[in-house]
Amino acid sequence: MERIPILKMGKFLLVTIQVDLYDRLALNLEEDLIQMVFKTGAKGVLIDISALSIVDSFMGKIIGNIAGMSSIMDAETVVVGMQPAVAITLIELGLPLSGVHTALNVEKGMALLESRMITGQEDDTTADDD
Amino acid sequence: MTPPLMMIKENMAIQQERDLIFCRNRVKEVAGKIGMGLVNQTKLITATSELARNMLIYGGGGIMRLEIITRGKLEGIQLTFEDKGPGIADVDKAMQDGFTTGRTLGMGLPGAKRLVNEFSIQSTPGKGTTVKILKWKNG
Amino acid sequence: MERDIIDLLRSKKDQVLTLWLQAQDSDTEASSNFNTHDELQAQSSEFVDLLFGSITEHNIQDFTSWELEALTDYVSSLTISRARQGFSPRETATYIFTLKDALLKVLSEQIESDPVKLYHASIQISKFIDNIGILSFETFITGREDIISQQSDEMAELSTPVIRVWNGILAMPIIGTLDSARTQVVMENLLQGIVDTGSSIAILDISGVPAVDSLVAQHLIKTVNATRLMGAECIISGIRPEIAQTVVHLGIDLSQMITKATLESALKYAFNTLQLEVRRVQKEKVNG
Repeated sequence: MERIPILKMGKFLLVTIQVDLYDRLALNLEEDLIQMVFKTGAKGVLIDISALSIVDSFMGKIIGNIAGMSSIMDAETVVVGMQPAVAITLIELGLPLSGVHTALNVEKGMALLESRMITGQEDDTTADDD
Repeated sequence: MTPPLMMIKENMAIQQERDLIFCRNRVKEVAGKIGMGLVNQTKLITATSELARNMLIYGGGGIMRLEIITRGKLEGIQLTFEDKGPGIADVDKAMQDGFTTGRTLGMGLPGAKRLVNEFSIQSTPGKGTTVKILKWKNG
Repeated sequence: MERDIIDLLRSKKDQVLTLWLQAQDSDTEASSNFNTHDELQAQSSEFVDLLFGSITEHNIQDFTSWELEALTDYVSSLTISRARQGFSPRETATYIFTLKDALLKVLSEQIESDPVKLYHASIQISKFIDNIGILSFETFITGREDIISQQSDEMAELSTPVIRVWNGILAMPIIGTLDSARTQVVMENLLQGIVDTGSSIAILDISGVPAVDSLVAQHLIKTVNATRLMGAECIISGIRPEIAQTVVHLGIDLSQMITKATLESALKYAFNTLQLEVRRVQKEKVNG
């Protein structure tokens, strides 16, 4: 069965989605990622979607699921590199992906995760939420 | 003044998940051919994805018809999704955000409607559902 | 019967042209500024030639016939060139309709004896020339519409510049009403700007927006949310007192957005977020 590779980079996991996912593959990714978070004790998950030309409600739901599940396992999820057209479409569709952190690129996403690890739990009310 | 009309009218079967990607790509290709901008293209293929998936999950698969439409100076793409599934009992309710009877977010129908210029739905319980959407090149 | 009329008129072509030119001379003093008499004469003569060259007993009833294509093309290009020369649509229409007068006059002289035939022939000729008049008017309107749509496209482009005010900070002043078409352009430009420059903060200045109602607010919220999805932050600045008043009176909730009264305070906030500091540099003694 096809799988999306998940890379471990220090305390974080990095997934780069290169192809438009069909639903089964996306569900596999959700499953694999959560297993990896558990196995590696990762503190953050970076999902790079810069190559994706479409994020529909199904994919949005998967991203939301990953963020929600990682969060209760004490790992934060950052979605990086969303294309402008995809962002505009998601807003129009009615999926603002609240609760998911975002960054312009992997580097900035990494920096965001690191800064959030330093500030710790008490500072959970940044503008990114809700 | 008016660009040469391209006559495209074709049917695509949507019976399994992989067909979804295939038909998304085809819609994107045709949209690009008529010169639709990237944002409108993305909106159209996202709507396509929502409706095709709905058809797959709730209608047991069906047919998508792809047509290039011109009306006066406007040029656009019309897609018709037709299934012979169980139909929708309460169409008004199905058009509300967040209403779902299955495993989806319930954003499909109302979301798709917001992404296109024209949207119409007809459903007869027991007979099937037909959803027609239209997206203009520049709007 | 129709064949008679058309052949009859065709044989009197020169008389039609002369009558038409006479009518133009008496009628269009104002337009004599634009066209020399010779030019007008040549144009009219070409028109009459084309008319008699393409009209038949069949297509006089059917203006969409392909046989008339040369004539309709000529009418369109004539209308366009006259519009460029400064003729009003009324003047061009009058020009065409005086041809009808000339045709009818010749007709009535030729078939005086048969009023029924004259009546039917007159109606057909009238209808035909009316169609030419309508075509000319349509061409005029279409030309206008093209210009309008082109200008509105240009305006949309012009009115939404993205300015890089600092490394990592973009600003976009919005001037004029924010409708949904405009919002789309604003969003696209702003988000593309964010990608191109790798900026993490975008300031949307709305001091040039005349009024903020719930629809405009919705557009602003959409833009802010889309910016957030990209991984950048969007600040709305330029909230004038009137805008603050209407926003609160209308019960619009802008609390999820970062709003600032002026571009200056938005910039300060942005510097703060990026951990930048602007300081006055103490000048060294100049005369040491």
